[in-house]
Amino acid sequence: MSSIHATSLPTGHALREAIRRRERSAEEITRAALHDAESLQGPLHAYIRLLPERALERARRIDGLVRAGEPLGTLAGVPVAVKDLFCLQGEFTTCGSRILENFRSPYSATVVEKLEAAGAIIIGKTNMDEFAMGSSCENSAFFPTRNPWDTTRVPGGSSGGSASTVGARTVPIALGTDTGGSIREPASFCNIVGVKPTYGRVSRYGMIAFASSLDQAGPMTADVRDAADVLEVIAGYDPMDSTSVDVAVPPYASELPDDLHGVRIGIVAEFEASIAQGDAALAALYKQAYKDLERLGAQLVEVHLPHAQYGLATYYLIAPAECSSNLARYDGARYGRRVDGDGDVYAMFDRTRAAGFGDEVKRRIILGTYALSTGYYDAYYVRAQKVRTLIKSDFDSAFAECDVIACPAVSCPPFELGAKSQDPLAMYLMDYFTIPMSLAGIPALSIPAGYVSDLPVGLQIVAPAFHEGRMLAVAHAYEQATQHAAARIPAVRSEGARAS
Amino acid sequence: MADVPMDINQVSLLARLPLTEEEAQRFAGQFSRLFEFIADLQRLDVSAVHATAQVIPLHNAFREDEIRPSLDREVALENAPDSEGGYFKTPRILD
Amino acid sequence: MQQAIERNVSYQPVIGLEVHVELATQSKMFCGCRNVFGAPPNTLVCPVCLGMPGTLPVINRRAVEFLCKTGMALGCDVAPFSKFDRKNYFYPDMPKNYQISQYDMPLTTGGSVRLASGKRIALNRIHLEEDTGKNIHAGTSMAASEYTLIDYNRAGVPLMEIVSEPHIATPEEAEQYLSALKSVLSYIGVSDVKMHEGSLRCDANISVRPAGTSTLGVKAEVKNMNSFRSVVRALRFEIERQTEALTSGERIIQETRNWDDARGVTYSTRSKEQAHDYRYFPDPDLVPLTLDDATLAQWREELPELPLDKRDRFIAEYGVSEYEAGILTEDRSAAEFFEAVARACGDGKQAANWMLGDVRRSLEKHSLTLATSPVRPAQLAELIRIVAAGQISGKAAKEVCDAVVAEGTDPQAVVAQRGLSQISDTEAVGAMVDDALAANPESVASYKGGKAKALEFLVGQVMKSSRGKANIDIVRELLRERLG
Ligand SMILES: [Mg+2]
Ligand SMILES: [Zn+2]
Repeated sequence: MSSIHATSLPTGHALREAIRRRERSAEEITRAALHDAESLQGPLHAYIRLLPERALERARRIDGLVRAGEPLGTLAGVPVAVKDLFCLQGEFTTCGSRILENFRSPYSATVVEKLEAAGAIIIGKTNMDEFAMGSSCENSAFFPTRNPWDTTRVPGGSSGGSASTVGARTVPIALGTDTGGSIREPASFCNIVGVKPTYGRVSRYGMIAFASSLDQAGPMTADVRDAADVLEVIAGYDPMDSTSVDVAVPPYASELPDDLHGVRIGIVAEFEASIAQGDAALAALYKQAYKDLERLGAQLVEVHLPHAQYGLATYYLIAPAECSSNLARYDGARYGRRVDGDGDVYAMFDRTRAAGFGDEVKRRIILGTYALSTGYYDAYYVRAQKVRTLIKSDFDSAFAECDVIACPAVSCPPFELGAKSQDPLAMYLMDYFTIPMSLAGIPALSIPAGYVSDLPVGLQIVAPAFHEGRMLAVAHAYEQATQHAAARIPAVRSEGARAS
Repeated sequence: MADVPMDINQVSLLARLPLTEEEAQRFAGQFSRLFEFIADLQRLDVSAVHATAQVIPLHNAFREDEIRPSLDREVALENAPDSEGGYFKTPRILD
Repeated sequence: MQQAIERNVSYQPVIGLEVHVELATQSKMFCGCRNVFGAPPNTLVCPVCLGMPGTLPVINRRAVEFLCKTGMALGCDVAPFSKFDRKNYFYPDMPKNYQISQYDMPLTTGGSVRLASGKRIALNRIHLEEDTGKNIHAGTSMAASEYTLIDYNRAGVPLMEIVSEPHIATPEEAEQYLSALKSVLSYIGVSDVKMHEGSLRCDANISVRPAGTSTLGVKAEVKNMNSFRSVVRALRFEIERQTEALTSGERIIQETRNWDDARGVTYSTRSKEQAHDYRYFPDPDLVPLTLDDATLAQWREELPELPLDKRDRFIAEYGVSEYEAGILTEDRSAAEFFEAVARACGDGKQAANWMLGDVRRSLEKHSLTLATSPVRPAQLAELIRIVAAGQISGKAAKEVCDAVVAEGTDPQAVVAQRGLSQISDTEAVGAMVDDALAANPESVASYKGGKAKALEFLVGQVMKSSRGKANIDIVRELLRERLG
């Protein structure tokens, strides 16, 4: 870790300890993070907006608490970045879209409030695929974000800005959202830990909706311990979200073992068959990862997810259907962009929406509107919901045989910008291994598992609903034993692309 | 290529999302590939399967009938593209 | 389908009503904004009811309670499992461009509304949804307006939609239905039911068919009726319009028509071809409702006696006429007031006479209502008792009643202050009678000569000399006695 650039940051927990021990001030750390974010904006374009005044003001407040010997929150003084779909009172929240380019939220998302209440310093809002629709961060209305391991490549999406900035170690922690893989795939691409919690574990209030029955916010962090800390902070029941579940949040961070004795890890036969047909180096990497888990004491068992292959089709009916309804509100009447012109209010709606949304968003709105329309609702939407039931029960059966599942997070390492942008289906296939868990509503994470041609690849760990602790424990033992992320420095750090 | 029985112009009218001719053509082509996957679903026997609208086994999530502060009107209208006399303002409704 | 040209046939209307009722909760359906009519525009809005990005709805428990109570009062089946759906369509008064409503699993099904006549109109369903905001069209008419102003204060107010079966036979019956419904809703306290403020709104589906046939004709949906009176007028107009059309061989087209109250006509809303496909689907932001038996039992227990049940009981228990009972039970608190008076004085018939007569007149005179007047039931009961006991005259009683209603003073105190006590003592009245006889010998002679009218002159004289306080019945009795 010591070889990392001087202004770059170690883990969130290390920073927190340094602040507690008064070795470094929150303000100094925040300044460094802001400076670094600015220097790396050229090569990475990870941020839509930085919030220097707000961040420094809050950092000074934390330093005041430290000086006064007041109790400090879990994330006191730790700089974090949040995906630009979390509402932050008084600040612009664009969701990566032209249609919300000038929207200033009059309220804050529950998770953002929880982060700040725990002392986290939000330094900026990160870039993303428009309305979280995409797997490469190229669908942002503003600019594509780059991968810190190779700036000619994508960081993954839709939480690409968050993944990129944590991958570059500008901040140790970012918030992302995952609907079909939007935390796990970019985490894999940027060599960081990305956690999609159980649906209902984390409040969705203030998180701009893409597909309401699938969206979940989660941590994207430098290591597992940070992920555990952040999840502990943001998880829990929220009376503002009817779908948030009132289940006790365990102290994840204090339950992170170093070995896996007695843990049964399921390996998905169908996924292995699929990965074996692709990139041989990638298949070998995952084989090695399973061996490492076994070496740590875990017992590997074969499990089956016979309906997982239908995940993609199921997802691309349900998510667009919900999105077509969720995005109806962007019409230029109350907030956001309006395109003026002749005619009545509907002419204004049409102009505004046609100009305000990008290609992918339009595609999904059309697809979803179709799936819900008279005559097709049963054949598409209801049928997809039924297959969703089958996918969910596959996992129930699998978890009767194992404690967690280990499987690929991605089917390839980060690809070059533009490589898939003309081919939506190829892009959709990027989420092949992550979609089934989203449909089942169960927790899953991606953890650095090594490199293929010097590009990072993540391993996915999946647990039954509300058993994030199990999943983090396995990930932690694996991380400690392998040290994949700590072993290398992202390329953007060695290119001399920024000032010191 | 799978047949997509979609009247894309009718759907775009419902969605209030006018498409250019180029967009309509391009989307239709892209959808047809996706619908090859979707066609697989049609082959599954789901007659005995219930539909999952929501994965969490929750019901009766209520709030009590209590008043919470509303926004100040200036704040409510701050984001409005146009407003007048405390109202949101839009082009006329012809209906 | 060919519509037969039927001449010399009489047509009968088939009417179904959809009534939207704003529930009288403290806060809105899915957020904490205050639910109240008449606030300045856009002062009762928050991120949730403005449909701001990222916001989520949370169901107001009280709204569900109010709807279920309404359903129970109308004999509906409360669904053991119910859910909310999104009804998707674009309209600028709807912040999310979808309305959270209930589609295939409404909170209640079945039930009926009992009319004063005894007839029951079957209900199809009652469901819960959210109200929309209000558009104000700048300019003289919608078509002439240059722009629209929107107030979202009403957006998200809980709205209950009560859908009847098409079993209403006449415009008058539609009015009876609305009035019976209004009465039940106000009894259980779930709504203000003020049609002029829009807390009760009514749309009608109406068709006509040849008398004696059973297939339904093509219906029109009539909207924009702002009073019971306009519902009756609009329905009459539609019956005539549709009958005339059919008689002259025209086709009726299924359409939405607006009622123009000033011109007394309905007209087709030539909405530009807005595609109508609501694409209902379960709202993924909400979870289903599964109301448990204990909760339902408790709500049922909290239901008051309903207006027509009360009416029937008043007839049986207090011997009042159906007409009187009907008026007495129109308003729940008035009915309860009446019953308290009747119980306290032990004479329901008298209590009804007073309530519907002098009390009502005094209230009107002082621009009061039972709710705003300081009068208490015990005071009216006391008044009725002292009249019956002969303590005051009927004339004095009216004066006392007026004072009690206006000021809330106890009747005895009014009697004492104003010296209205009646002289019923035979000896005292006898002395006055004797004085009158002595002072009016001609009248005495005239009476004895067969002129019965003279007696009334003498009664008048005694009343005059007692300044109205003598008990008139005793005066008359003693005069007869003394004149033999
Ligand atoms: Mg309705
Ligand atoms: Zn509100």
